[in-house]
Amino acid sequence: MKADVEHNSLLTIEGMRVEFPSRRGHVVAVERLDLSVEPGEILGVVGESGAGKSTIGNAVIGLLEPPGEMTEGTILLKGDRIDHLDDAAQRKIRGARIGMIFQDPLTSLDPLQTIERQLVDTIQRHLNLAEAEARSRAVDLLDQVGIPDPDVRIAQYPHQFSGGMRQRVVIALALCADPELVIADEPTTALDVSVQAQILDLMKALCRDRQVGMILITHDMGVISETADRVAVMYRGRVVETGTTQQIMSKPTHDYTKSLISAVPRPDKRLKRFPLVTYIEDAEERPEGLNLATHWLGKVREEHKLTGNLVELKDAHMRFITRHSLFPSRRLYLDAVKDVSFAIQPGEVFGLVGESGSGKSTIARMITGIYKPSGGSITFDGTDMTALQSRAAAAPFRRQMQMIFQDPFSSLNPRMRVEDIIEEPIHFHKMAYDQQEARQIMHDLLDVVGLGAQAARKFPHEFSGGQRQRISIARALATRPRFLVCDEPTSALDVSIQAQVLNLLKDLQSELNLTMLFISHDLPVIRQICDRVGVMRNGQLLEVAPTETLFTDPQHDYTKHLLKLMPKFRGFRMPELEA
Amino acid sequence: MLTFIAKRLVQSILVMLTVALIAFSLFRYVGDPINNMVGQDTTLEERIELKERLGLNDSFFVQFGRFVVNSAQGNFGFSYQHRRPVSDLIAERLPATLELSIVSAFLAMAIGIPMGVYTAIRRNSWLSHSFMTLSLVGISLPTFLIGILLILLFGVVLRWLPTFGRGDVVQLGWWSTGMLTASGLKSLIMPSITLALFQMTLIMRLVRSEMLEVLRTDFVKFARARGLAERYVNFVVALKNTMVPVITITGLQLGSIIAFAIITESVFQWPGMGLLFIQAVGNVDIPIMAAYLVLIAFFFVVINLIVDMLYVVVDPRLRVDSAGGH
Amino acid sequence: MSLLTLACALTAPADIEDGAEAMTDTTAQTTQKSWLARAADSDLWYSFVRSPVTIVSTIVTILFFVSAIFANWIAPHNPFDLATISIMDASLPPAWMEGSDPRFWLGTDDQGRDIFSTIIFGARISLFVGFASVIFSMILGISLGLISGYVGGRLDAFIMRVADIQLSFPAILIALLIDGVARGVLPREMHQDLVFYVLIFAIGISGWVQYARTVRGSTLVEKNKEYVQAARVIGIGPLIILWRHVLPNVMGPVLVIATIHLAIAVITEATLSFLGVGVPPTTPSLGTLIRIGNDYLFSGEWWITIFPGIALVLLVLAINLLGDWLRDALNPKLR
Repeated sequence: MKADVEHNSLLTIEGMRVEFPSRRGHVVAVERLDLSVEPGEILGVVGESGAGKSTIGNAVIGLLEPPGEMTEGTILLKGDRIDHLDDAAQRKIRGARIGMIFQDPLTSLDPLQTIERQLVDTIQRHLNLAEAEARSRAVDLLDQVGIPDPDVRIAQYPHQFSGGMRQRVVIALALCADPELVIADEPTTALDVSVQAQILDLMKALCRDRQVGMILITHDMGVISETADRVAVMYRGRVVETGTTQQIMSKPTHDYTKSLISAVPRPDKRLKRFPLVTYIEDAEERPEGLNLATHWLGKVREEHKLTGNLVELKDAHMRFITRHSLFPSRRLYLDAVKDVSFAIQPGEVFGLVGESGSGKSTIARMITGIYKPSGGSITFDGTDMTALQSRAAAAPFRRQMQMIFQDPFSSLNPRMRVEDIIEEPIHFHKMAYDQQEARQIMHDLLDVVGLGAQAARKFPHEFSGGQRQRISIARALATRPRFLVCDEPTSALDVSIQAQVLNLLKDLQSELNLTMLFISHDLPVIRQICDRVGVMRNGQLLEVAPTETLFTDPQHDYTKHLLKLMPKFRGFRMPELEA
Repeated sequence: MLTFIAKRLVQSILVMLTVALIAFSLFRYVGDPINNMVGQDTTLEERIELKERLGLNDSFFVQFGRFVVNSAQGNFGFSYQHRRPVSDLIAERLPATLELSIVSAFLAMAIGIPMGVYTAIRRNSWLSHSFMTLSLVGISLPTFLIGILLILLFGVVLRWLPTFGRGDVVQLGWWSTGMLTASGLKSLIMPSITLALFQMTLIMRLVRSEMLEVLRTDFVKFARARGLAERYVNFVVALKNTMVPVITITGLQLGSIIAFAIITESVFQWPGMGLLFIQAVGNVDIPIMAAYLVLIAFFFVVINLIVDMLYVVVDPRLRVDSAGGH
Repeated sequence: MSLLTLACALTAPADIEDGAEAMTDTTAQTTQKSWLARAADSDLWYSFVRSPVTIVSTIVTILFFVSAIFANWIAPHNPFDLATISIMDASLPPAWMEGSDPRFWLGTDDQGRDIFSTIIFGARISLFVGFASVIFSMILGISLGLISGYVGGRLDAFIMRVADIQLSFPAILIALLIDGVARGVLPREMHQDLVFYVLIFAIGISGWVQYARTVRGSTLVEKNKEYVQAARVIGIGPLIILWRHVLPNVMGPVLVIATIHLAIAVITEATLSFLGVGVPPTTPSLGTLIRIGNDYLFSGEWWITIFPGIALVLLVLAINLLGDWLRDALNPKLR
């Protein structure tokens, strides 16, 4: 029919359906999927977890995890059918005509072989080159992907490279035999923002210069908007919309795409609430109009009116031993937090922002008592927490500060029922007279976080990531805390779920007049939620400023640098949601 | 790298000292050494005199120090039962045990490792499944029962192989070997198979699970995605990465083969150290028990040191100076 | 007996890596499934009913346990009742061979005891010693592993160093040494009385390292998980955290080890008895029976040693198969 058109495309997928047989019937990972990629073009495939994005890449390269199987459809590479080839024929295509880049550069390289060996073996596998020629090609490749001194570094082992450099090596390996198509599966997700930008630029340049087509699989709208030429939006195994990046970002037609794009936190303007996405399940609203006058959560806490700061850090220092030794001179230390001082006023949301390893999570753990500071003082409500000797002495303060963690899959004990998880702090701090009252409180809390009392008897694994995070919030509220520490509470969540959870936190914060320490690496999220922000790097607090001031008039060079790297994502907006 | 080896050396010495302490405590405090050495008719004065002469009145540390120095020189005192120096007894028995253990260890590795690799790579073939089932049977068969079954079949029913002893031995200096005579080799067949079988199944299963673990890693997936040949992926990438844990495991297993020889030697009346030891346990012959303990620990420590050096050969992350990075 | 209940108990809140899948089919339903229904619906039960080998080995294991508990009622003869034993019945072959006596299905031994009955009573002793040693190892190993993993530092280094040293000596050697020491320390009559306890202690102490290492490893992983940190933020003390939060989450691998360790303990006991340092011939275990019979192997009375041997292998194989299945079924990576 449209054979002529198809043959011009580099890659054409038609009617693809991939199934994973399981004991509860076949799980359809991808169905009725049509895609095409042109030479030199970057096709972004975007979607949330479980949408089937990665399955596409694995199916194209013929490496579906067993028992997965492509049951329908065709894949054409420059007009040749490449699905259902035998193993030997598949292997001639892999690496030679299609290259693949995986997410985690730390685990993608063989730790026991030099970079040279891995490159040369891959080159010789596909190209008929002598050892010396293959080696010089390998050096060239390393040079092209931006590795300094490729002549020297080629002889090194993977563990001698940093994460970003390793991802460059991975890219070089994928390009060994000049493939026509490269599939990149979340290539920058494991990297820090500054490295991420470099790698994306590199991939863009390589595609353009070598006329390589690329499928860029990611969950990150920012990455897509800056890198891809065209976008395919996936939802539950299907492509719901395709178009140029420009078109998808500014004039999406499908409801899901609209929801997805508008849920991305805005970097440029603070909104009262995150635009709520209606298209996505899991969006149970919590009961409106919580009456705090009568509600248990609104009960007066035994607190005296506070005049000064609620939390104050003075020269807080945290040092970890990274290498133990009998001889002090041979011990190695890591100063995760270096003499940091700041104060949080009652009722405010204080943000901490920084890249991984900047020490922001360590501060959260020092304040909540998981780590004992190795220097300085931490004052809560006028009491020096570091001076308290026993757990019993600290208990009343522990009750007043609670924490919400990053990973919804590990922050709940998998062997406890939700009711036991939430009642544990109630019993521990004797917040209820009897079991019946504790149960009542637990049900109330589940209502407050929008889960409902029927969640009580279930186990954590029966919930999705967003729901688990709500359970975490309920547990944190169970002691009626005044101060809540949120350590990257949404960075493990899909963007649509993130909006819901952040809205919930915002509502609770204002209804209960909570003081919050909000930690994130995500600047747009910080802008949406915090009143004041501190910027951290390498354990040091570089500057503290009111949020709007920080974003409009940053003082420190590093802050400016971070703001420059922030994705300039200006997508579609739903004005009716931004009221 | 040198610091790594030096560290291991210090650890080995600590292990040896700990074991020596246990052996010494056995020797000194289990039963009364004097009673075990002298006859009923020895007078009290003679006993006291002997006690003084043996230094049993010295302080604990002096005695322990003397024990360590003596042990290091191979001097473990007199056997209560045989009335001969323990070192002589052990020197007589050592070659028999070592020959048996080395042949068994070789068998166990030469068959166990390839079988483990095969069952990992061809995970779903019928041959792998039968190997796995057989290995479970192998693990469930106690060593002594394997020996008895072999004796019943090849010794009693078929009368092909000798059922006990080492056969004729040839003396090479102080070393007596059964490897140079036909009857010696024939005598070695059943005991070595008996001893090897359990270790073999264990090595096979461990190699298999380690290799399966490696085959699931990202770098194996990435190697496949680069179109590298299946053989290359399996044997160059995966097998090499499997070797690190496999070296540890087989090292440990080899150490235990020497100790497991106790059972085999007992079934086949093999005149090795194990037989000596088991008789010593029955007769509470403490000096032999203590010496055996120290000797086994020594073998273990040496094997472990070799294992550590092999690590350095295989894994580049250990070769680089430890100051950098991880 | 207990293995089945154990297997069911395990299934309750199975770790499911992929929460999304589980969510889709459970969020809609509000009714609570009963404990039994959930067990029947679990992945563990699913893999159990689809593995005939596992079902057979479970049945064999249960049979052994039942006959061990009810040995007095099940065994056709009481081999320890001197009144019923007659030297006239000595060394009779099994019932299907010439010169046999139909009263003794598997023949008799040198003293005229019924082999089938001695096997039942012997298995009882083997299982008792094995089970008790496993419990002993388990308690010791789990406690030390939890402490080591959770406290860390010097204590951890010390415990693990001891474990390393012990690991360099095979279980059988340690058990032999302890038995030898016990003989040296205890007077002869007392040793006779205490032989079971010595044996249980010897086998038990030689097995704790596996538990301790596994539990320590899991504890190191679990203690850094955020739910443990959440408990610390609430203010809960380390003992309660270990008991309520960490322990239930490290029990999966422990049960696998315990199953396989039971097989090893039974073998170790048999080996010690075979070497003549285990259970005395007056109350023979399977190993003792094999040892006694071994002396008659050359004179053609093979049944005295072979039948107890078969019983031992059957028991150990059944337990091993069960353990093997349990390990695969509990390993999410293999699903």
